[in-house]
Amino acid sequence: MVLLVPALLGLAFLTLPLAGLVIRAPWGTMPQRLAEPEVLDALRLSVVTATAATGLCLLLGIPLAWLLARVDFRGKGLVRALVTVPLVLPPVVGGVALLLVFGRNGLVGAPLHEAFGVSLPFTTAGVVAAMAFVAMPFLVVSVEGALRGADVRYEEAAATLGAGRWSVFIHVTIPLVAPGIAAGAVLCWARALGEFGATITFAGNFPGRTQTMPLAVYLALETDLEAAIVLSLILLAVSVTVLACLRDRWTATP
Amino acid sequence: MRTIAAGTAAAALLALSACGSSADGTEDGEVGGTVTVFAAASLTETFTEIGEDFEEADPGVEVEFSFAGSSSLAAQINQGAPADVFASANPANMDKVVEAGNAEDPETFARNQLVIAVPEGNPDGVTGLADLADPALKVALCAEEVPCGAAAQTALDAAGVALTPVTYETDVKATLAKLTLGEVDAALVYRTDVAAAIASDGGVEGVEFPESAEAVNDYVLAVVNDAPNRATAEAFAAYLRSDAALAVLTAAGFQAP
Repeated sequence: MVLLVPALLGLAFLTLPLAGLVIRAPWGTMPQRLAEPEVLDALRLSVVTATAATGLCLLLGIPLAWLLARVDFRGKGLVRALVTVPLVLPPVVGGVALLLVFGRNGLVGAPLHEAFGVSLPFTTAGVVAAMAFVAMPFLVVSVEGALRGADVRYEEAAATLGAGRWSVFIHVTIPLVAPGIAAGAVLCWARALGEFGATITFAGNFPGRTQTMPLAVYLALETDLEAAIVLSLILLAVSVTVLACLRDRWTATP
Repeated sequence: MRTIAAGTAAAALLALSACGSSADGTEDGEVGGTVTVFAAASLTETFTEIGEDFEEADPGVEVEFSFAGSSSLAAQINQGAPADVFASANPANMDKVVEAGNAEDPETFARNQLVIAVPEGNPDGVTGLADLADPALKVALCAEEVPCGAAAQTALDAAGVALTPVTYETDVKATLAKLTLGEVDAALVYRTDVAAAIASDGGVEGVEFPESAEAVNDYVLAVVNDAPNRATAEAFAAYLRSDAALAVLTAAGFQAP
């Protein structure tokens, strides 16, 4: 009972702004607005890039989490702190930092541009990079927590039965921490879907190529509040549906 | 260049304070205290300087500024923010305040034009808008939803140039930043932004083009109807249209109305 009051206050605080959007939405003109090609372009781009960014985070983030949880080395505390830097860095600063490294004149970007004529800024791949940069810590922190909580005796038992390190990792460790990976992936995807600051700074804004839903919402806000509300609601509906479906299913299974 | 401008400003200021003392006879005791000015972000440097000059001319007055995007400021004033004077970077945002009944009779006090910003030395030899259509050049524009983007589109239409930029940025400073970071080869921004960039870091130069005359941006000013300090607000609004204030504005790249 003591906990119930603040719990309900917390719930109200989180959901009332959403209710504000729903109440203020122009329901009458909703169908026409939904059918606009720019809206569908931005939505498709957002879903595709957020999913690709989550894939990239899984590919790089799980091994990184394993390194932090299972391998002892000097300066691990510092490395762990560095991994969480994107969480506290203002995303716009993250975007500038990405430009300084992967931009046309950047540390890595300049030789890449010279050798292959490719550069990440202003491309869809740039959007994925910006999203992965800000979202990866969510995955790493979540998976590392799961790895530390997992019983290492299963891995040891597999090793004594002759399984190699890779085999143990794939067949024992990964299934053991699957709920943690799933929870991390869901958080990572949600963060990537809402990404604004790093994307606009690093990848710019071009319809169909780098204009994701949050960018479209921001620009709509300059001229047409109702259009901005409609776009926000679409983004919210898609993310809430995906999160509600996946989160329970994935995280409930042991 | 800078000292000459400051000299003219000082001379004009002396002339103004002479006028001020004669006006004091009729309005004594009314002008004074703090006056709050809501001004477009692009006016930050010039208005800060003009405000200091104004305070010097009348030691009893203190000018406080709130700089932000004109659309945010218009929204704040319409929500009842305690502003005395509103200086907007375009008439559209001033119209929102006038339509809501919060200000009357705005006046144009300065104008701004677009230039093509290029890296210092103009490595790609850009001379006009037509050169920007070269697909080898990466160009940044403001999005059409914001004033600098609307002006850019008007100028491009006037020149009959069809241009596909790599990005439509959300404001003029972000557009110029893409150039100063070396990610694009050219950007359409205001002349004042290039002047400010040259004054702070350099590395940029502006290429003037004739079609910018088709897309002049008017900066408009009005005293807010519910101004907490109306007499001082009107004095500051009048000062903004003085030769001294105009000298500060033109030194920064603005044009006279």
